[in-house]
Amino acid sequence: MIRTAFLFILFAAFFAGTSTAQLAVKADTVYTMNDQKITNGVVLIDNNKIESVGSASDIQIPGNYTVHEASVITPGLIDAHSVVGLAGIYNSDSDQDQLEESNAVQPELRAIDAYNAREELVTFLMNKGITTVHTGHGPGALASGQTLIAKTSYNTVDKAVVDSSTMVAFTLGNSVSSNYSSPGTSAKGMAILRQQFINAQEYAEKRNSDEAPPENLSMEVMADVLEGKITALITAQTAQEILSAFRLKDEFGFDMVLDGAAEAYLVMDEIKAADVPVIIHPTTVRTNGSTKNASFETAGKISKAGIPLAFQSGYEGYVPKTRVVLYEAALATANGLNRRAALRALTIEAAKILGIQQQVGSIEEGKDADIVLYDGDPFEYRTHISKVIIDGKVVKE
Amino acid sequence: MKRIVFIALYIVLLPLLISAQTTVFKGAKIIPISSSPIESGVLIIEDGSIAAVGAEGEVDIPENATVRDVSGKVIMPGLVDSHSHIGEGSGGDRSSALHPDVRIMDTIDPRSDSFKKALAGGITTVNVMPGSGHLMSGQTVYLKLRDANSVEDMLFVDDPDKDIAGGLKMANGTNSIGDAPFPGTRGKSAALVRELFIKAQEYNRKVEQADGDEDKMPSRDIGMETLVEVLNGERIVHNHTHRHDDILTAIRLSKEFGYRLVLHHVSEAWKVAEEIAEADVPASIIVLDSPGGKAEAVDIKYKNGAVLDDAGVTVGYHTDDGITDSRIFLRSGAFGVRAGMNRKAALRALTIANAKMLDVDDKVGTLEQGKHADFILLSGDPLSVYTHVLETWVEGNKRFDRSNPADKDFATGGYDVFRGNVHTHEN
Repeated sequence: MIRTAFLFILFAAFFAGTSTAQLAVKADTVYTMNDQKITNGVVLIDNNKIESVGSASDIQIPGNYTVHEASVITPGLIDAHSVVGLAGIYNSDSDQDQLEESNAVQPELRAIDAYNAREELVTFLMNKGITTVHTGHGPGALASGQTLIAKTSYNTVDKAVVDSSTMVAFTLGNSVSSNYSSPGTSAKGMAILRQQFINAQEYAEKRNSDEAPPENLSMEVMADVLEGKITALITAQTAQEILSAFRLKDEFGFDMVLDGAAEAYLVMDEIKAADVPVIIHPTTVRTNGSTKNASFETAGKISKAGIPLAFQSGYEGYVPKTRVVLYEAALATANGLNRRAALRALTIEAAKILGIQQQVGSIEEGKDADIVLYDGDPFEYRTHISKVIIDGKVVKE
Repeated sequence: MKRIVFIALYIVLLPLLISAQTTVFKGAKIIPISSSPIESGVLIIEDGSIAAVGAEGEVDIPENATVRDVSGKVIMPGLVDSHSHIGEGSGGDRSSALHPDVRIMDTIDPRSDSFKKALAGGITTVNVMPGSGHLMSGQTVYLKLRDANSVEDMLFVDDPDKDIAGGLKMANGTNSIGDAPFPGTRGKSAALVRELFIKAQEYNRKVEQADGDEDKMPSRDIGMETLVEVLNGERIVHNHTHRHDDILTAIRLSKEFGYRLVLHHVSEAWKVAEEIAEADVPASIIVLDSPGGKAEAVDIKYKNGAVLDDAGVTVGYHTDDGITDSRIFLRSGAFGVRAGMNRKAALRALTIANAKMLDVDDKVGTLEQGKHADFILLSGDPLSVYTHVLETWVEGNKRFDRSNPADKDFATGGYDVFRGNVHTHEN
């Protein structure tokens, strides 16, 4: 008898095991984000990848697939710029690693050496539908360090990481001076950065020659920025800061993403001409300091101008310790951002800006099986996220 | 001739001038809070008060009244925020952990654009709190967001030197812990508060013994006078508290000295909801996008509102502006519903529940005949993200109108809209 029960448990466990590997998700509305939305759609998942997606009338769900149902599904949401995992929930010295205050220029700092995959805020975001987060060293230094891209469901950085070195985080403007004795002004900050890039030009030239210089970690990264191997993520909020960022870009010719951009609406033509994507500040960012002139309508204006757009949870110094990009996009949608554009900004558009569009950002055959299930309109505050699937595993129920 | 024309005009216009004092809003869905929503309602405003509210066809519309058809819209009471830091005021300084003598009222800027921000969010009544960072940060002030030149223009009371114009802000837990003269531990925090209230009891005894005899009165001490008002139940204590044990400590001290208490923030309320209910103490809570930012807010839950309401606690939401933004105050109620609170309780938590915590529920917080004509006109369901506050009315005066671009700026933000400072709580 005991043996029969044991066998039964084994049997059940076996099927439970396979059922998590082979899933079907049915939904009244499927926002695939690579095509039109599908009404009454089905997504089949085999192991960690999306096997197929289409109308329920076209797709037969195999009998051994575990079926999950929802009112609405979207691809896993992408937080295009955060500090979670480096900035912890307790906000004490021991869990704040997003900003190293010994020097304002430290591009050599790697996010992968500091990311805490078990951080509670990462799990919190996961439960809010964020399956991928671009995080790392934060704003507040001229060059604070590198960022990485991680899935939010794993316990170690090695398992979580999608891209270990995505961008180098730069910040312009006088907010830097509140963290460092040097620079004391925003003009001095620009001078320091220009000198660093000029040094990096020389370094790059040497490292590409027969007489390679002794390896300098900081210069290696700066040279990588100049050579287009890694993107510059430049936090610039005021119109003046944004134009300073473009001046640097023009002088040194690197690839950049504009981050923050609180006064983007004042320099829309210049942003358009610079041909850079924007990771907009959280819609609810406080109207203080360099974001004093922030507007709920900026995301909508950027999108209307045809500029690639993504949302960020950003950096919060106090309470609440992180924002949630889903809420930020929702509020932007209520203030002029087209609904579809908002969903794109949270998924495929963010993936493109981060260079991971082959892997995530849409519900498409062959992509990672990252799916969020809702019981209503994703943007409504009262809607519940019923389930979250990451790499084919149900990580939130 | 000119004069005759003028008199004739005057006679023609006179009825219009009188009737202008009666305004009727009809056709909207009206949510009075005190009773069930009315699908197609009528709201009649006269001299800054609500003259009538009811279903279309059941309420007599006075002749010559200005009638506005607002069909398709929603009307509910002006929101009451039981804890905010708008107005750019200040409280006690770092010279002491206890400042019962300090009034935030003396430092409020009535022209602060933060009041415009609150109006854009539909807020008409607000408890402006000093602090934080003290056991007692000072006296709070209950304000009506009227068009004002002085803080006196915004008060609920006539004479702030005689009447109770606000509560007393207190705090416990790590908020008020610091280097001397601040307490270094929770135990010391409670001891300092108890010591001061015992002094206040003695002061009160002397006042009672003097029985009106000027010569026998103790020398005036404005801090003690404030604490006597607290001991007499005339002034409510608004106590910042997060951790479950700190919540119970706040309740314990209020029972020892018999003062009226409102718990504020109450991050871990869900752990001690039964105890809060048993103590019959209201809770003014906050909803945060995410937990954390300090150790005491790590365990905050969206479900606090639902759990407290289920336990029978009077529960209200607050902005704690700038912790959360006054412009999205309605979101707090929506998040409450998301986590299981019933809709009715969530709407009460934005209005009448908070009014009760400020002792102004006889004047504001519901749409009922005789109450102040404080109401908001919404584009749709108050708990939907897509809904905008279209108009905010205070005592029959339109204080925010989204169709006016200058007003709309305060709802959205933009270049040079907000010039003042947002209270950040970061010391």
